Amino acid sequence: MDMHVHDRRRFLALAAAAASAPLLTACGAGFGGDDKKNDGSAAADVTGSFDWKREKGRTVKALLNKHPYTDALIADLKTFTEKTGIKVEYDVFPEDNYFDKLTVDLSSGRASYDVFMLGAYMVWQYGPPGWLEDLGPWMRNSSATGDEWDQADFFPNLLQADQWSLKAGAPLGQGGQYALPWGWETNVVAYNTEVFNKLGLKPAESFDELRELAGVIKRKAPGAGFDGMYGIAVRGSRSWATIHPGFMTMYARNGLHDFTVTGGKLKPAMNTPEAIAFTQDWAGMVKQGGPPSWTSYTWYQCSSDLGAKKAGMLFDADTAAYFQAVQGASPASGKIAFHPGPKGPDGSLATNMWIWSLGMNARSKKKSAAWLFLQWATGKEHLRKGAITYNHIDPVRKSISQDGAYKDKMKHLEGFIDTFETVVDQTKIQFTPQEQFFDATTSWAAALQEIYGGKNAKSVLNGLASDLASKVS
Amino acid sequence: MAETTSFTETDHGAASREEGARQVRAVPRWRRGLRPYLLIVPALLLTGGILYPFGLGLYYTLFDFSASKPRPDMVGFDNYRTVFTQDAFWNSAWVTVLYAVGAAAFETVLGVAVALLLHRSSIVGRVLEKILILPLMIAPVIAAIIWKLMLQPSVGVINHLLKPFGLGGVQWTDTPTGALLSSIAVDVWVYTPFVAILALAGLRSLPTSPFEAAAVDGAGWWYTFRRLTLPMLWPYVLVAVIFRFMDSLKVFDIIYALTEGGPGDSTVVLQIRAYLEAIRFQRYSFGISYTIVLWAVVYLAAMVLVRHLGRIQNRAAEVPK
Repeated sequence: MDMHVHDRRRFLALAAAAASAPLLTACGAGFGGDDKKNDGSAAADVTGSFDWKREKGRTVKALLNKHPYTDALIADLKTFTEKTGIKVEYDVFPEDNYFDKLTVDLSSGRASYDVFMLGAYMVWQYGPPGWLEDLGPWMRNSSATGDEWDQADFFPNLLQADQWSLKAGAPLGQGGQYALPWGWETNVVAYNTEVFNKLGLKPAESFDELRELAGVIKRKAPGAGFDGMYGIAVRGSRSWATIHPGFMTMYARNGLHDFTVTGGKLKPAMNTPEAIAFTQDWAGMVKQGGPPSWTSYTWYQCSSDLGAKKAGMLFDADTAAYFQAVQGASPASGKIAFHPGPKGPDGSLATNMWIWSLGMNARSKKKSAAWLFLQWATGKEHLRKGAITYNHIDPVRKSISQDGAYKDKMKHLEGFIDTFETVVDQTKIQFTPQEQFFDATTSWAAALQEIYGGKNAKSVLNGLASDLASKVS
Repeated sequence: MAETTSFTETDHGAASREEGARQVRAVPRWRRGLRPYLLIVPALLLTGGILYPFGLGLYYTLFDFSASKPRPDMVGFDNYRTVFTQDAFWNSAWVTVLYAVGAAAFETVLGVAVALLLHRSSIVGRVLEKILILPLMIAPVIAAIIWKLMLQPSVGVINHLLKPFGLGGVQWTDTPTGALLSSIAVDVWVYTPFVAILALAGLRSLPTSPFEAAAVDGAGWWYTFRRLTLPMLWPYVLVAVIFRFMDSLKVFDIIYALTEGGPGDSTVVLQIRAYLEAIRFQRYSFGISYTIVLWAVVYLAAMVLVRHLGRIQNRAAEVPK
């Protein structure tokens, strides 16, 4: 009996060893990615004269984020199929899950989606592993790209925002074109004209004035018939998205930087005395004039508070205010005006931006068809229709921003066009491009929350800088 | 007739035994020897299915595998060394333990109390049982979103209800302590019924004679509870504690939906840290190292608790029935 037990034990041990051998063998080849970069672009395979029907009968798969820009695209897809004979299949995910889905999909090394939406910051994360197709060769190939696409018509700062050399700290606008600008947002102040008129207020021209204004609205608006209204809506959740709109815009207008680059090395600069003072002031402004439960505030809450007359001002994407300002969209529609926001001490209107871009999977098997789709989606015809018929506003093309029909559509929004035209040339990505962007900005948002909670700004930001220094070095 | 039947049965029985013996003899010895091993094949496959991803994860932690290094170098135990030297890890470990202990403790006390109440009542108890089970049928992430809305300071119903008592302005998730307590409260709301159901099942399975004897002797409610109910019920309660403590150590959904780990790092439990590292920041090996450390903690805690459960069960068996 004992012998049997020992035999079985030995058998189990052998079976376990046999199972572990292929396991470890498999492990050796188990890394999901592939570090081979696309040296020869598939764009070179496209020859002859340009033809929209070149890939007729193909199907392109797209991954999209739920957004008004996406709605405009989907509504016009029939036009693309008629023009090219290419079918587009798509999946739409809400923003909360969208980037996780995209990241996991791209990192798996599969070509489940040929094209997808992404922000310029994502180029810093998806570019270095070789997941994004360099669209430069496609743009330069006249057989692949029609004349009417007109590259010069894009606002140059937008096209440059998606262009990078993949080297940490290197400026944008050099190297591969890893995505194309499709829709964008500039960060400005939108305000409720009703409460401003009633309290006799004017939009702030300096950061000190803005902080003061936020406090005044919170103190006086409820007594003036705006029940529960607070001063200023800004994002506060523990996410990278908290840092990039109003906060980074005002930070940049104060001449401050996230990192300094010396000899190709990055050094965190969130803890300079000026940066500490600014961050403390920002947290103080939120405390005195911001929303209750600020630490959970995303753009959804900020935007809807402006629309619901809960917030007197919004310092965020102009589109976040636009979707509340259009006729019938919210209780505050018709009473929302736009302003470039406070200037920096030297009069700077440097503004950070967000660009919804379109990119191509470097592992796509249908690159030529995917390029035709990207060309159409970022082309004048579709974008003009999107801007005029749908809500695809803040055009990435100069011609559309100057189009009479577009201006007619936007002119009822007080200050929108003026604000856009005032800041457009000074709007660019104010962050230093580097792969650890999401870690750095998420930690930065957490630090901001701690300072808001009463912790010492200097020690919190010193801790942040020292933590980031080891990660970006 | 009876005799005939009896003869036939006996005859048939002998024939069957002979045939059976022939059949047993007909099966070759090697096949009979193989049978036990064939029987464990499904279990082996299942074990392999569990161990393979686990082993692969463990293997990945020995490399510096990240999005920027898809062909990584082997770094040995460097990832673990980095994990253990990070303040962020110790903060997360502390928050995880606080959360797990807090949630499991509240759920146990409340669950047992609810079970005792339900055990006493009749019709009301049966109706309440059905209602109490509702939170368990809601996905924790949905429960967290519902609570996030209810805890919202200006429009949430909780502050609205507290307003008459002068407590209408509480910013529930804006402070580190508030955020942690709010997360624990949601966990308690979702899982207390689970503990209550297990405790109730235990209460209903207890023998009645010791309680009758105690009643005859004039023992009070508290004395009976302390000396009889609780010792006999404890094995059932401990099973619930083990489940809830293990699950609370691994919490992700409730906290992430409610606070995203904030404010600051105050609710970043180990699971959230692992998720951020592996998925958001794409440092795969490093993220997995966090989960392996968490696994070790859960495994050790489970071992201790299960051993304790064994001892408690033995002690409970000694209580006179």
